[in-house]
Amino acid sequence: MSLDSSAAISLRDVSVTFAGGAGGNVEALQGIGLDIQPGEFISLIGPSGCGKSTLLRVVADLLQPTAGAVSLTGKTPQEARQDRDYGMVFQAATLLDWRKVLANIELPLEIMGLDNVERQAKANAMLELVQLSGFSDHYPWQLSGGMQQRVAIARALVFEPSILLMDEPFGALDEMTREHMQMEVLNIWRSTGTTVLFVTHSIPEAVFLSTRVVVMSARPGRITDVIDIDLEHPRRFETREDNRFFQLLTEVREALRRVESES
Amino acid sequence: MSLVSASTSSAEQSNSRLAESAKPILRAFVLLLAGALLWEGYKAMGQATGGTWPLTNVSLPVRTNSRSMPHVWDVIGALFRPARRGGEDLLLIILLRAALFTWRSAMLGFILGSAVGFGIGVLFTRSRLAERGLMPYVAASQTIPVIAIAPILVIWGGKLGLPNWVPVMVVSSYLAFFPVAINTLRGLRSPAPTAAELMRSYAASPTQELWKLRVPASLPYVFPALKVGASAAVIGAIVGELPAGMGQGLGRAILNFASSFSSAPEKLFASVVISALLGLVFVGLVSVFERLTVPSTSRHARKEPLGART
Repeated sequence: MSLDSSAAISLRDVSVTFAGGAGGNVEALQGIGLDIQPGEFISLIGPSGCGKSTLLRVVADLLQPTAGAVSLTGKTPQEARQDRDYGMVFQAATLLDWRKVLANIELPLEIMGLDNVERQAKANAMLELVQLSGFSDHYPWQLSGGMQQRVAIARALVFEPSILLMDEPFGALDEMTREHMQMEVLNIWRSTGTTVLFVTHSIPEAVFLSTRVVVMSARPGRITDVIDIDLEHPRRFETREDNRFFQLLTEVREALRRVESES
Repeated sequence: MSLVSASTSSAEQSNSRLAESAKPILRAFVLLLAGALLWEGYKAMGQATGGTWPLTNVSLPVRTNSRSMPHVWDVIGALFRPARRGGEDLLLIILLRAALFTWRSAMLGFILGSAVGFGIGVLFTRSRLAERGLMPYVAASQTIPVIAIAPILVIWGGKLGLPNWVPVMVVSSYLAFFPVAINTLRGLRSPAPTAAELMRSYAASPTQELWKLRVPASLPYVFPALKVGASAAVIGAIVGELPAGMGQGLGRAILNFASSFSSAPEKLFASVVISALLGLVFVGLVSVFERLTVPSTSRHARKEPLGART
């Protein structure tokens, strides 16, 4: 089967094998096939070591697949990276601690060669989007973990990529902040129309955020289930108390348990 | 909310900043005073016991007579007397002039050495091959004593017809470059792997990655190394002046006063004090530059420099 060039992200038979040490080669990903349509919110979930982050890095052209084909909006990952078609957010905010908040958000624009006025206008607009307008002159260490992660999201979106890749972005946050951030990322997703590929460990997070949840197994990493999340949009605080929400939680949990018992 | 209470009026801030910058000077003064008291205390103890530790027969490591250890006030006094009987200039003036002369070579050597050290750090970050091939030479360079290198450089410089301050500068840079190279390398490698991935995701060029990410991240490592390099550059210049036959610098002054140590030890101690002061002022200048360059937040994260040569 060939790549879907109209898809935001298209993966065909993607495998990644790491040349191992004593234990021989490690097969991190095996035969991954997935099409993500523009505007979707896809979560990758699975036991640790299932290659979720590896898959994200393959999409981002930070890692070459051993076999298979990948396209982003019809381009190769390398072309997509050079065209800045995606923004990336890691578990650690990875802000540059010698730059103030606004300058951190301006970083990708600086690299793209935009002039000062345009940079500041765009960065300020993003700060407003993540509700941190009053903090442009603060240093990263003066912000809480949740605020730092909002700056990282603003930085990933400031050059208006069509795809947002997020690697456990809320993994280090407390539950309250986490739920708050989930709501915020959904608001940003709806207002920007960005396609999101989101790696997480948390079942409720995957179900609450996504249009589809992709369940993966470990060693080798494969896709075992793709579960449609038919919860109403926009998701609200009460969505988490919905019966359908609990049914879907159970569905994902069962899928994960089948994965565990297999391996 | 703590953010609000943390912001104080600008007047208060500049006041506290003033107090902040006066603190190291006060601390240095107290330390100097303590050093002088220890010196005089040890001397007084030795004089009282006849050269042994109190209540024992174990003799003190350094004799306490005024030939071995002149009084602090004699050393200070010597600075404010003419260096030679019937001479015009005070010893202080002669030594300061010599220090200024030596500092010129040390400054040039420091700049050259730091630039070379930084360049080596950048080269090794860009190329593992260069690091593997050249690192042994960089490390070995520091095991060769300066007193062996200095005459060689002076002879080479003479053959090439260079002015004699050039080899002195090179000797000085030879001592300064090593800590800068090692710590630049460490600093350039300090960003988290995800920070490098981030730059790659922006399709940043290697040069952009170097200047936007790695160089700023390296500064908290580089500045402590520059301070080590600054004091090393002074030593290099003093030692380098001797085979270069330069009569105007601290090197010659120290050698002269060492030869007349038994008759006038306080003059040698006075030149030691001035040499130390020269190093301190130089290191202080680097600190001022650091304060202007690196925000205090990243300075807090700085590490002790590697490769400090003693």
